[in-house]
Amino acid sequence: MATTADAARAAITGRARGGERSTRSLVFLLLLWLSLLIAFGVLVTLIVTIAQDGAGRLDSGLLTGYSASVPEEAGARAAILGSAWVIGTTAVLTIPLGVAAAIHLEEFADKKHWFNRLLELNIQNLAAVPAIIYGMLALGFLALLGVQNKNVVIGGALALSLLILPVVIIATREALRAVPDEIRQGSLALGATKWQTVWRQTLPSAVPGIATGTILALSRALGEAAPLLLLGGLVYVTFDPNGLLSGFTTLPIQIFNWTGRPQAGFHELAAAASVVLLVLLLAMNALAIFIRNRYQHRW
Amino acid sequence: MSTVVNQGGPAGVPGHPGASITARNRRPGERAIRLGLFLAAAVSMATTIGIVVALLVPALEFFAEVSVIDFLTGTRWAPQFSPATFGVVPLITATLWTTAIALLVAVPLGLGAAIYLSEYAHRRVRKVLKPILEVLAGIPTVVFGFFALTFVQATILRDLFSFQTGAFSVLAAGLVMGIMIIPTIASLSEDAMSAVPMSMRQGSAALGANRMQTSLRVVFPAALSGIIAAIVLGISRAIGETMIVAIAAGNQARIVEGPLEAGQTMTGFIANAALGDARVGSLEYNTLFAVGLLLFALTLVINFISIRLVRRFREAY
Repeated sequence: MATTADAARAAITGRARGGERSTRSLVFLLLLWLSLLIAFGVLVTLIVTIAQDGAGRLDSGLLTGYSASVPEEAGARAAILGSAWVIGTTAVLTIPLGVAAAIHLEEFADKKHWFNRLLELNIQNLAAVPAIIYGMLALGFLALLGVQNKNVVIGGALALSLLILPVVIIATREALRAVPDEIRQGSLALGATKWQTVWRQTLPSAVPGIATGTILALSRALGEAAPLLLLGGLVYVTFDPNGLLSGFTTLPIQIFNWTGRPQAGFHELAAAASVVLLVLLLAMNALAIFIRNRYQHRW
Repeated sequence: MSTVVNQGGPAGVPGHPGASITARNRRPGERAIRLGLFLAAAVSMATTIGIVVALLVPALEFFAEVSVIDFLTGTRWAPQFSPATFGVVPLITATLWTTAIALLVAVPLGLGAAIYLSEYAHRRVRKVLKPILEVLAGIPTVVFGFFALTFVQATILRDLFSFQTGAFSVLAAGLVMGIMIIPTIASLSEDAMSAVPMSMRQGSAALGANRMQTSLRVVFPAALSGIIAAIVLGISRAIGETMIVAIAAGNQARIVEGPLEAGQTMTGFIANAALGDARVGSLEYNTLFAVGLLLFALTLVINFISIRLVRRFREAY
């Protein structure tokens, strides 16, 4: 008995192994590796070439100088501060709104009701609407309000908030969904109201997931340039932005502007500013991954 | 919410030990909070309506002056010239070229990565590879654009391969855009393939198929609707991508006949026109929104196809 079973097993594994090692499967596996290799190779090439191009300008002048007509004197100070203002405002606008919307959809809404189903479909679609369309929305909105000066921090933050709102909502819903129902039932059984349950039990348990998703969404907003182009984000800013109605430029816009100049010195600056942007984004990503690994509950 | 019978008494006191169970339906604060949450969710609806109105109003003013047929079939795009002509076909050809080139890169590479991650990679390997793909997805498009212009177009295409091409080409923009879309296609397709039940793979293996045969003939067809949804979403991203094409594809609106030519895409036109100072209400300003409306309509149709396909594969397993 034992010997026949062994023989059968040997025959099966032998055949399977032979199949795994046939030329065609090896070529196939090689192609799979190659596709990952190309993707990662380009990523490495991109980072290396940009670091090389920008190495000459990675100095303190990059962080302290304002835009200038000569590349040697120009820096990204106004752009970095502008990015901080716009992204900070975006965070303040988006986080409460996105979390509240997600709580409604996940905890309170009757999911079979036609309006809630429409909301869900709508959010999925909004997540895939091109970024530049949000710039047109903000532009149209400001024109409707009769605002003459469209290059204001609050306008840029509005466009970016609406852009990342679907992302925040989707991430928050996933975090809420991951909280087991026993927690809610336990809370309700102790006499808490539905809102008390959400506010004191479900939401705190979901905070790590929400934080991770929100940071990733904000990092997308930080790297985004297209919607802000429509708000005249290319103005020559030689001052520190100092309020919601202040004129602004951001790091990606500044990079776009420098890339479009003919002088090689500006390309060097663009590369150096790209390095700064990439470092900021990597830091945000690392923070998100850290929160995910350190605080995420495993139920 | 069940209906509440008013019983009077201190039932509405929060946290009161003797509060009746029905008290939770009676707290006015709770109702206000729920209304607030609902309104927050409704903001997304207002956004869509806002987009449609913001695009439609100037676009309708535009179409009052330029006929829709001339707009959609005209082969000359020269809004700055006099007499100005508004044929959107040149912009569409450039968009088609960059999108097609991007898909030629992103579909095979994205699917290859997805099959490897879902069918071959060990858990630990996957835990390393997926974050790297996420980093690729997180590179700002303006940095991709800089890379396309200074490295892919100048160093690779012109210096290394000595192609006859100028400072810009739809090829350089398309290639880099393809790399940008790989994570989108890879991660959504991997989700779809991971959702295929293990029993199907085991059945296939029991019939003597090896991993390649199982991947290609069992898992791939079973996950097909999800994979197509991923590709369709990739198309939508390629059509809507702005910064890479604005930087590396060129600014001349002309019919693009080959990959080494420069051309202006729909998004490239919007980005460039936005840099000029078009007065609100002028024809130049309205032109922007007419192209924006076309872009929005195109991506809307594509997104709905993708959403429907995703739903179908979610229902299947």
